[in-house]
Amino acid sequence: MKALAARRHHRLAPVVLLLLALLTTGGVYAALAPSTAKAETVSTADIETGKKLFQANCATCHGANAEGTDGVPSLVGVGAAAVDFQVSTGRMPMQMNGPQAEAKPPQFDAEQTAALAAYVASLGAGPAIPTDEQVDPTQGDPSNGMALFRTNCAMCHNAVGAGGALSEGKFAPALWETSERNIYQAMLTGPQSMPVFNDANITPDEKRDIVSFLVEQREGSAGGNALGALGPVSEGLWAFVIGLGLLIGAAVWIGAKSS
Amino acid sequence: MSTATHDTKREAPAKPTTTVGKAADYLDQRTSIGVAVKEFARKVFPDHWSFMLGEIALFSFVVLIISGFFLTMFFEPSMALTTYEGEHPATMHGQLMSVAFASTLDMSFEVRGGLLMRQIHHWSALIFMASIVVHMMRVFFTGAFRKPREINWIVGILLMILGLAAGFTGYSLPDDVLSGNGLRITDGVVKSIPLIGSFMSYMIFGGEFPGHHIVPRLFTLHIFVVPGILLALIALHLFLMVLQKHTQYPGGGRTDKNVVGYPALPVYVAKMTGNFFMVFGVLALMGATMSINNVWNYGPFDPSPVSAGAQPDWYMLFLEGSLRLMPGQGTEWVIFGYTLPLNVLIPAVVIPGILFTFLIVYPFLEARVTGDDREHHVLDRPRNKPARTGLGVAFLTAFIILALAGSNDLIATHFALSINAITWVFRVLFFVGPVFAYWVTKRICLGLQRKDRELVLHGHESGRIVRFANGEYIEVHTPLDDQERWLRVNFEAPAPLAIAPKTDARGVKRKGYGADKRWQGLSRFFYEDRVSPVTPAEVAAAHSHGEHDELSGSERQAVEAGAGTTSREH
Repeated sequence: MKALAARRHHRLAPVVLLLLALLTTGGVYAALAPSTAKAETVSTADIETGKKLFQANCATCHGANAEGTDGVPSLVGVGAAAVDFQVSTGRMPMQMNGPQAEAKPPQFDAEQTAALAAYVASLGAGPAIPTDEQVDPTQGDPSNGMALFRTNCAMCHNAVGAGGALSEGKFAPALWETSERNIYQAMLTGPQSMPVFNDANITPDEKRDIVSFLVEQREGSAGGNALGALGPVSEGLWAFVIGLGLLIGAAVWIGAKSS
Repeated sequence: MSTATHDTKREAPAKPTTTVGKAADYLDQRTSIGVAVKEFARKVFPDHWSFMLGEIALFSFVVLIISGFFLTMFFEPSMALTTYEGEHPATMHGQLMSVAFASTLDMSFEVRGGLLMRQIHHWSALIFMASIVVHMMRVFFTGAFRKPREINWIVGILLMILGLAAGFTGYSLPDDVLSGNGLRITDGVVKSIPLIGSFMSYMIFGGEFPGHHIVPRLFTLHIFVVPGILLALIALHLFLMVLQKHTQYPGGGRTDKNVVGYPALPVYVAKMTGNFFMVFGVLALMGATMSINNVWNYGPFDPSPVSAGAQPDWYMLFLEGSLRLMPGQGTEWVIFGYTLPLNVLIPAVVIPGILFTFLIVYPFLEARVTGDDREHHVLDRPRNKPARTGLGVAFLTAFIILALAGSNDLIATHFALSINAITWVFRVLFFVGPVFAYWVTKRICLGLQRKDRELVLHGHESGRIVRFANGEYIEVHTPLDDQERWLRVNFEAPAPLAIAPKTDARGVKRKGYGADKRWQGLSRFFYEDRVSPVTPAEVAAAHSHGEHDELSGSERQAVEAGAGTTSREH
């Protein structure tokens, strides 16, 4: 201690202190700051493969270096999560121009999708693909998810995620079939008409609650056939088709009986 | 009825021997109920399946009362806040909600058979309204609203409106988001009424929406006031039906002065019982297998969220559609600081007002333009009143277009269409569709009438071609039998009203000529285009052309045996 105290008037002491302070601040920042881009275990080979795939399949619209072209967004900084969402649901590469890019059977396998994601992620920092734990519905709270879902999502996706219409032929898709990972990624990256719900807006835990709520809905209704969970219109339709259909049939049958 | 005995001698009525007989005799000696039972048992009702549509409504109302009684045992109409402690459904656990909503969940997940009862009750409500509408269609298109049944037609319309009120008040009780959205629209509609709107809204909700009073108030209306009036009006409806006797379809031997049918006992008692069990069975089946109004999907009411696909039950869908079609821009006027929201007032107050007014005034309007003051007990075939049938189809078209417009978002998602385009198409169709439907229906009716004339005059085509010795070919036509002919010639095709001349004998302008002229104009709209029924003279004329002067008995037999000719196609 004495030795240290003796050197505190050394002319290099302020420089050392400054360095220490910077290191501490940097260290604390690195530890506490929201980690957006986790490069994880991406090899340069993956990035190279991804780049080749990108240039063969995506560059026509998104530009040779993913810088975007007229009316097509740049992919610099969208992150791996956006690529994984768009490619694994088949939305990208886009089949044709229309009100919005529609889901279809994916064109690339998991490995190719990962390579593409790695390449785009290497262009600029962006949201990473969520881990399995982050999207595990069993760890979420469906009740809290319900409250969040109906405040943030239900106005487009319907109260239980059966989908809904947007303007000019666009629509919010039904979420029955969407994978947990894709649901999470959609919130994180805001594909197409959907707004971005970043981690400050809806925390990762809350996102998991929403996933948990949506998975809960897939078990169906306690009351029997859910009729698409579309609400009173489908109920009215089936009341006429099944209920009134059967009853008028019965009336005709009874009417034909005695006479 | 009171004597359930075997064949006994008239002069000495035997004592009843069976238990039922003894009980009936006991009752009869004290109340003379036998007289009433005898009267009703022998009352004759005409036979047709479509006369059972009203019964479906009646029986679903019975199911509504029974299941509703069960629900009141468990529902708590309170807007006090509580935290839901139940485990089911998991999405509701720990949520803050009103006691009304919590008791609905409790009723659905904890009470044995509660969810089944709730679903039966809700399906019954939908079927109740649906069968009322279908029953009304039958009454309208067959002209069963004509004298003396105009009053019963109005009672029926009141029943339908009360049905809407019952549905609306019940739908809002669970206090979920969807029903709260409906209440908010109601609040907006009430507030759109000029001058008194805001005050009425405060009165209904006991302050600003949503307040703490609306659920208990709606509950009282739903279980006490509305069903009470409904029951009274149903009794009146049935009483008038019995008093005025049931209408019958046209046919041989049926006139405005008789009723052709079967006695109530045993035929109609058996049929009605059968129909009741059918209705009960179908409703129970629907309640058991098809989920309806899963309130936990929407969650407890909160004024902020509105989910996609928020719609009312089907019978209110036309109002929703009317609101959705109305352009919002430029239709909200501010006059001297008072807002006149025409974008709400027109679709939610004026349009339904027009629709209901049409239904109420139609019987009187038709009687006036027909100049008809007689009683009618034989129904019309829809084709024989082309204007009425056309107007009815036009009305239904407007109603259906509005209901579809209320579902425009679901149409957009399910048929991959643009919701904006759909809305514009419906805006145009709302005006064009009914006119087009009227025109097409009227033409079809006139066409069918002409076909009837053709059939009566020339008979059925038999498909048999006969060549005569002189080389002439004719197709053999089989004449109609008496029933077939009766059905096709026994109707009236009234001409437009004839009115007195404009001036009297001395050239003085007649008072009331202008009004008469307008009525005549309306009458022309109804009856200008018409096909008259075939007269006996025309039948005779049709049969006398060519070489066959008239239909002799032997010829007719020959035709029926398929060997002769009676008339020819030219």
